[in-house]
Amino acid sequence: MGKGKIVGRGVAGLAGLALLAGCSAAGQEQPQGERTVTVLAAASLTESFDQLGQRFSAENPGVRVQFDYAGSSTLAEQLEQGRQADLFASADTKNMTKATSAGVAAGEPQTFATNKLTIAVPKGNPGNIRSLADLNAPGRDVVQCAPQVPCGAAAQTAERAAGVQVRAASEENDVKSVLRKVTAGEADAGLVYVSDAKAAAGQVDSVEFPAADTAINDYPIVPVKGAAEPELAARFLEFVRGPAGAEVLGQHGFGTP
Amino acid sequence: MPGVLWLPAVLALALIVLPVLGLLTRVDAARLPALLSSPAALDALNLSVRTSFVATALSLVLGGPLAVVLARARLRGLRVLRAVVLLPLVLPPVVGGLALLYLLGRTGPVGGLIDLAGLRLPYTTAAVVLAQTFVAMPFLVVGLEGALRSADARYEQVAATLGAGPWLTFRRVTVPLLLPALGSSVVLTFARALGEFGATITFAGSLQGTTRTLPLAIYTTAQSDVDAAVAMSLLLVVLALLVIGLAGTKAVEGRG
Repeated sequence: MGKGKIVGRGVAGLAGLALLAGCSAAGQEQPQGERTVTVLAAASLTESFDQLGQRFSAENPGVRVQFDYAGSSTLAEQLEQGRQADLFASADTKNMTKATSAGVAAGEPQTFATNKLTIAVPKGNPGNIRSLADLNAPGRDVVQCAPQVPCGAAAQTAERAAGVQVRAASEENDVKSVLRKVTAGEADAGLVYVSDAKAAAGQVDSVEFPAADTAINDYPIVPVKGAAEPELAARFLEFVRGPAGAEVLGQHGFGTP
Repeated sequence: MPGVLWLPAVLALALIVLPVLGLLTRVDAARLPALLSSPAALDALNLSVRTSFVATALSLVLGGPLAVVLARARLRGLRVLRAVVLLPLVLPPVVGGLALLYLLGRTGPVGGLIDLAGLRLPYTTAAVVLAQTFVAMPFLVVGLEGALRSADARYEQVAATLGAGPWLTFRRVTVPLLLPALGSSVVLTFARALGEFGATITFAGSLQGTTRTLPLAIYTTAQSDVDAAVAMSLLLVVLALLVIGLAGTKAVEGRG
């Protein structure tokens, strides 16, 4: 086989793949006879919103809730850059304000859940960590969020209230990275949200500390301007703020406002 | 050259140049000096340059000999070996970081031993260097190996028939043959180390002054202050252009 032939086949193969990818992407966007609500939600809502989405679909046949989970600031930035969606649920008011002041919200944001920090430790708490101050014991690798992201800002507030400045080995960009370092055994402890610790209850234990109450995080949700399904979006918003939302969010460690 | 090639060529160039120019349109010129002289930016720049130097040196010391082995040794399975060397180039960097973590992290087979000795790699500057070396070294190996394979092996054979031992031949014949390619390979390796992100954040973590290199600082800063992140991005682009441009033009053009 000549070189030209190989290149030709390669190009044809790539073109074929591109075509396939295009088809399936288009197919996903337009499922037949189904309506889709697109929700951009903070990563910490993954487990609870997945469950709420399923229940909502069960109660509303033909309606699918599609989620995109990411850091709240990433999502706010994407909305600002013109991303289409029906609802935006942020893990903090700061990024919600960023979105509303950019003019992408339709209406006032409403708080639907609260969250607070806890200390995640490996199962059985081998380091015998009882308080924030214990985190600074020599030889301990503690991981927390960077102050630039909501969980890090909350950690800063709580630490200030407790009068303890935790010396972190690493400051991660999202709470799931912190949790992963603890579950992987690469950190002796990590500051995460109660909801995240609960989601990983099989792998970590959590140690509550009093100062966590000084940094309660509000989770606001808002309809997005130019939504494709504004009426469905409003229904899902009420669902999240109603009894079903309270029940599911509560199961996952969130508080209610 | 067929004239029709101009159109895709210009499009290709636009695909590289326009996004970088797009970045420039977001730069807040008034705040730029303040943003660039912030401790966070300076620490990150300093750390990036230092670790990239060490990673490049490490790549040279280890990857240089590997290139010679790949080009000159008579081994079964050399093709497989060559493919393995390319692996870090095609793997997503996060995969590289996870791989390093599972080998050298506290719970890894090698990392566990290191831990027993009272040392650790994750969360240290050494881990940054290791991550950078992992992803950047193939550039050096591939560059040098290609140069060696296209260079005439008969020079080495002649040197040998004239009575030069392997070490003398290597020093006086092989290394000079490699010098032109060495420049471009070293520059590419350094530039790749400078831009390393995924393996570092996964394996080394992110802490200002210790492990937060410029790419990591850009990512973290972008969460709260886009202007500052754009300023740091500009810094990285300028740095990369300087490295490639000043140090590498001749070498990259193959005339070094």
